[in-house]
Order: sequence, then C-alpha cells, then structure tokens
Amino acid sequence: MREVAIVAFGQSDHRRDSAEVSEVEMLMPVLHEVLDAVGLRAGEIDFTCSGSSDYLAGRAFSFTMALDGVGAWPPISESHVEMDGAWALYEAWTRLLTGEAETALVYSYGKSSPGDLREVLTRQLDPYYVAPLWPDSVSLAALQAQALLDAEDAEDTVADERALAAVAARSRTAAEDNPHAQVTGSPPPEALLGDPYLVRPLRRHDCPPVGDGAAAVVLAAGDTARRLCHRPAWIRGMDHRTEAHSLGVRDLTRSPSTRLAAERAGAFEAPADLAELHAPFTSQELILRRELGLGEGVRVNPSGGALAANPMMAAGLIRLGEAAAAIHRGAADRALAHATSGPCLQQNLVAVLEGDVL
Amino acid sequence: MTPAPSPEVLQAPLIVEFPFTRSLGPVQSAFLTGLRTRTVLGVRTTDGRVLMPPVEYDPVTADELSDLVEVAPTGTVTTWAWNPAPRRGQPLDTPFAWVLVRLDGADTALLHVLDAPGPDAVRTGMRVRIRWAGERVGAITDIACFEPYDGAEGGEAVPHSGEFTDPVTGIVAPARLDYTYAPGRAQSRYLKALADHTIRGERCPSCRKVYVPPRGACPTCGVATDEQVEVGPRGTVTTFCIVNIKARNLDIEVPYVYAHIALDGAGLALHGRVGGIPYEQVRMGLRVEPVWSEDSRYPDHYRPTGEPDADYDTYKELL
Ligand SMILES: [Zn+2]
Repeated sequence: MREVAIVAFGQSDHRRDSAEVSEVEMLMPVLHEVLDAVGLRAGEIDFTCSGSSDYLAGRAFSFTMALDGVGAWPPISESHVEMDGAWALYEAWTRLLTGEAETALVYSYGKSSPGDLREVLTRQLDPYYVAPLWPDSVSLAALQAQALLDAEDAEDTVADERALAAVAARSRTAAEDNPHAQVTGSPPPEALLGDPYLVRPLRRHDCPPVGDGAAAVVLAAGDTARRLCHRPAWIRGMDHRTEAHSLGVRDLTRSPSTRLAAERAGAFEAPADLAELHAPFTSQELILRRELGLGEGVRVNPSGGALAANPMMAAGLIRLGEAAAAIHRGAADRALAHATSGPCLQQNLVAVLEGDVL
Repeated sequence: MTPAPSPEVLQAPLIVEFPFTRSLGPVQSAFLTGLRTRTVLGVRTTDGRVLMPPVEYDPVTADELSDLVEVAPTGTVTTWAWNPAPRRGQPLDTPFAWVLVRLDGADTALLHVLDAPGPDAVRTGMRVRIRWAGERVGAITDIACFEPYDGAEGGEAVPHSGEFTDPVTGIVAPARLDYTYAPGRAQSRYLKALADHTIRGERCPSCRKVYVPPRGACPTCGVATDEQVEVGPRGTVTTFCIVNIKARNLDIEVPYVYAHIALDGAGLALHGRVGGIPYEQVRMGLRVEPVWSEDSRYPDHYRPTGEPDADYDTYKELL
C-alpha cells in the first residue's frame, strides 16, 4: 500500500468569541502556516478537503465562503464533509492512497460563539423522537456519565466523580504547555468536587469549553512526504465506525465503534507511546481508554485535549494534528489519534501514526 | 497604501426558524398515532427483541421491521441526568431529570424527561410511568413526561395491529435557533462605509484585483485582502436579467431589471437593481450610479447617469 503521512499541522488560538473575524479570516493564517511549513503554494496542492457545519454558522453552504482562503480560482479539486475535519482527512487519505493525488490540504473550522451551542447540537438528533424534546449536548453526555458511574459502582472500580475530576485536572494542567488552548490550569481534583453540578453528574470541569477555532494539516505520499518533512508522521492505518442511532439501543458505557475502528486501524498490533483522544467530556476519556486498552505507560492528551479547547468540527482533526506534530518533533514514535462526532461518542475514528526511526 | 482602520465589530441578531414537515413510515406512524390514544407501541425484531421506540430497520441486523407490539406505560430508569436549568423547548419548565426509560415489555430505552422534586429523588433502577399530555396530537411530546411510580409492573409485550382510525402520517417539527451574526473585519468595514454612502472594496496585495463587496480573502491567491479602495460610485451594467415574477414581501413592481454592475475601479461586478429607466431600455454598457433612499444603509437601486455607454472592451472581463 502507498505510504501517506501528515507532514504539517497548524491551528488557531482557540477562543470563546472571535466575532471580529469571519470564518475565512480566522482560517487563513492557519492555512498559510501549514503551507509555509512545507513550502507549497495553494495552487500546488492536488486535493483539498474541509470539514465544517452550516448549523454553527447559521447559514447555508457556509463552507463556500471559506474556500476563498485556499485560492479556489482557477478551479481546484475540492471536497467538503459536514463533519469534523478528521473525516475530511480520512477522505483525503483515501484519495492519496489511490494515487490520484500526491499532496492534500485538509482544514476545518467552527465558530460556536454566534449561536447557543447546546441548542444548535440538538439539530443533529433524530428529528422524530428526540429533537422535539431539545435535549442539549451536555445533558446527553451527562446521561452517559451517569451510566458509567452506575456501571463502575457495580464493578467496584474507580470511575467515580473523583476520577472524572482527575481527568479534567490532568488535561487542563497539561494544556499550560499548549499556547493555543482556550482553558489552561486547574485546581487539584479534590477542589473541583466542591463545584456545583452543571447537569448532574457533570460539573463545569467535566465539560469542554465552548469556543471558536480552526486547524489544518498537509498530507503527502511517499518520497514527496520525505522531501517536505524532516520526520513525516506516517498513517499506518485509519478507520471509522458508527453506532446505532438511538441512544436507548446502545450500552452507553462502552464504545464498540471505537474498539472496532482501532482494531481495523492496527492500533492493537503494537503499543503506542502517545494517544490524542477526542473526549469532550471527562467520562468519555475513561470509556475510550478502556476500549483502546491504554495503560498507564501511554501519554494521553499532552495537548490538553478537547477539555482544554473543543472547537466544533476542528477538535478531532486537531487530535490527528497534535499526534503528528509529536512525531515530527521526535516526542513520539507511535501515536494513536482518535476523533469523535455526534452525541455520546456516536461516531469514532482512530488513526495509527508512526515516525521513521532516525 | 491606506492602512486598514481597526473596525468596531458589527453584530446583528440572526434568527433561523423553520417548520420541518416530515412524513412518517408505517412503523413511526403507528407509534406516534398510538401515543395519541395512550397506546405505547414497540416493534419486535427478527431475533425476538422489542425495540421501543420502534424503528423500521433493525440497527443490528438491518432487517426490515413491522411486527408491532404494545408495551406498558410503566418502566425502569436505565440512566439519568439532573437538569437544574430547563432550556427553551424542553418538555418541563421546572428542574427535571433527563432519563432513559426501558418500558415494561421492551428491551431498549426511550429518551424523555422525569418530573421529580430533586436529584435525590432520582436513581437508576427507579420505577416510573408515563404522564400523558392533556392534548395529544401524535407526537413524542404526547408523553408530557415520566413520573415516579410504585405500582405493579407491566407484563410482556403483546401483539398489536398498529391500525388506528385517522392515523398520523406526518409531523411538523418547528425549529428555531438564535444567532448573533458578526460579519468579520472585511465585511464590517464594507458595511460601515456603506452606511456613509461610500462603497469600499479591498485590493489583493498579490494580484492587485479589487474585490467588492470584500470578504477578506482573494479567492485566486488565497491571501487576505487588506488595502482599502473606494470604488464607484458610478459603474457599468455588464449583464442583466428582467424579473417578471413578484417575490413575496418585495414591494417592487414587475417587470424590473436586476443587473451585474461593475463599479469604476472594482475588479468584479456586484448585483443591483436598475431603476429610473424603462426596463426594456436597459442594456449592456449602460452607465449607472447608486440611489440611496433616505436613512438607507445600502443603495436602493442604480439609475442611469446619462453618460454615453461604456465600450465593451472596458468591461468584458467583468461579466
Ligand atoms: Zn489575488
């Protein structure tokens, strides 16, 4: 199979509100950053793929405006997913695997600040039985968290509220080293437990910040990747799977789609030293760790993860980018990257990235 | 180069509101019609499980399903979340618990809400029953909510024909989302200038083309447009069409002319209505200028300037 690698990654600073810039104005510096990193101009990229959502923007075909930022004239080969950019990366990866393209630009962005994100996300739910009740995204995650707490009670293990708080504290403390993060630093877990519930059993620290941001990566195949990047992050495998639509059909304490995607991506063939997990809620990290079989030896979300910055439609792509960047700078040799989309870990994508041993 | 002024951020409310009209398949139709008569239907899968709420295809086997069964209006909470601050559109306006409830006779759970005095009154495994809405129309909200229940457990699911008189065949799902629209730097500058009856474009630093209205990026070069350029006010009709159908809520007599107008100094044409001239006399090359109605923040229309028509070669690149 053709070798394909992530050769550049860039992201914006993630902020609660970026009203002073339009989507394309927010995105453009990030596009320039990744193109500059590999010394390519927009017109030299073979394939461009993006991820975003009209519901965040409140406007139809909003992605077409952002296309101005990539120099879409004269016409380019381009595609878009109404989803997290991780899935745009998947599409671009398959395009490179077929040999149709040698390089690809993948970007995604989302501005949550114009709307009420918890309400906006209800529009992705089953329109007959669920959406008319307007269950907001935090409440759905709280149902999943409670299911996990109840199950762990029964199994007499440690997924209690303190374990959730520990995930939050570790993530946001790690984010102090991430200049792009929206939320950094945390009191110790014990102190967090004194906070009121947002939607019980979730407290504010269990939930991701709401914010605006953008990310971009450049993919390249084979020798082109070696030419563009000192240490390419080779994509050894990638797969994505989805669960049953109805929450009441699923065991919310498990994520079989993550497990299956990881298996098909080759995640279990050798241990990873780093994992970037897209777990917007603390309880979801515990579920993902179990499905991916991550032991204590694996560094999880040294970037701070989605608990430190969760720009909708970009946070999953950022997990792939952060994992790749760790390989680029020699901070990891084999990394897992995970992205999710939809309520309660509805869809999951897992990629295995490796650097050449230098 | 004129340095770009640092614009205050323009913002305006943007309401996106739509009534989605959706048709129902046979299973969803039976389920929602059933709720109208306080009958709760599930569907039996080919391997014997009862899915409630019912769906037309098995999420595990993808088998088509139609074997309807009636389940009890009582059930067990399988997980819950206490919501101290109800939001617009949610079923109760006092604090409540979101719950997944497995009704007696069913193997899967329904998402709804539970009316309870507080979080301490809720736990996984608690028994609940449906509280019906007073007025039922054939929608999931015919279940007003669940309430605590300590009576007898319902029995097994029993077969049901799914037949009702006057079945519900569709739902109307109103949706409203409120946004605060912010157009960003380039469009804010454009709109602020427009309010002063000035039309301002932005020049690409690379290809030198002047974009109007500017969107902040040159789509050819993929770089920010930054240099402010005043364009017009006069311009040339490059192409046009004659509109013969009156749009709803639009107070303009038909027929009228809608045109591409290349303002002097602009690198591309913008759209505008042409007035002040009989529609059949509008032509390519016609020289026009904007007309601002009183207090208007944008040109109402463009009218002829009386100049000789522009030569085709001067605007042929701007069609
Ligand atoms: Zn240009």
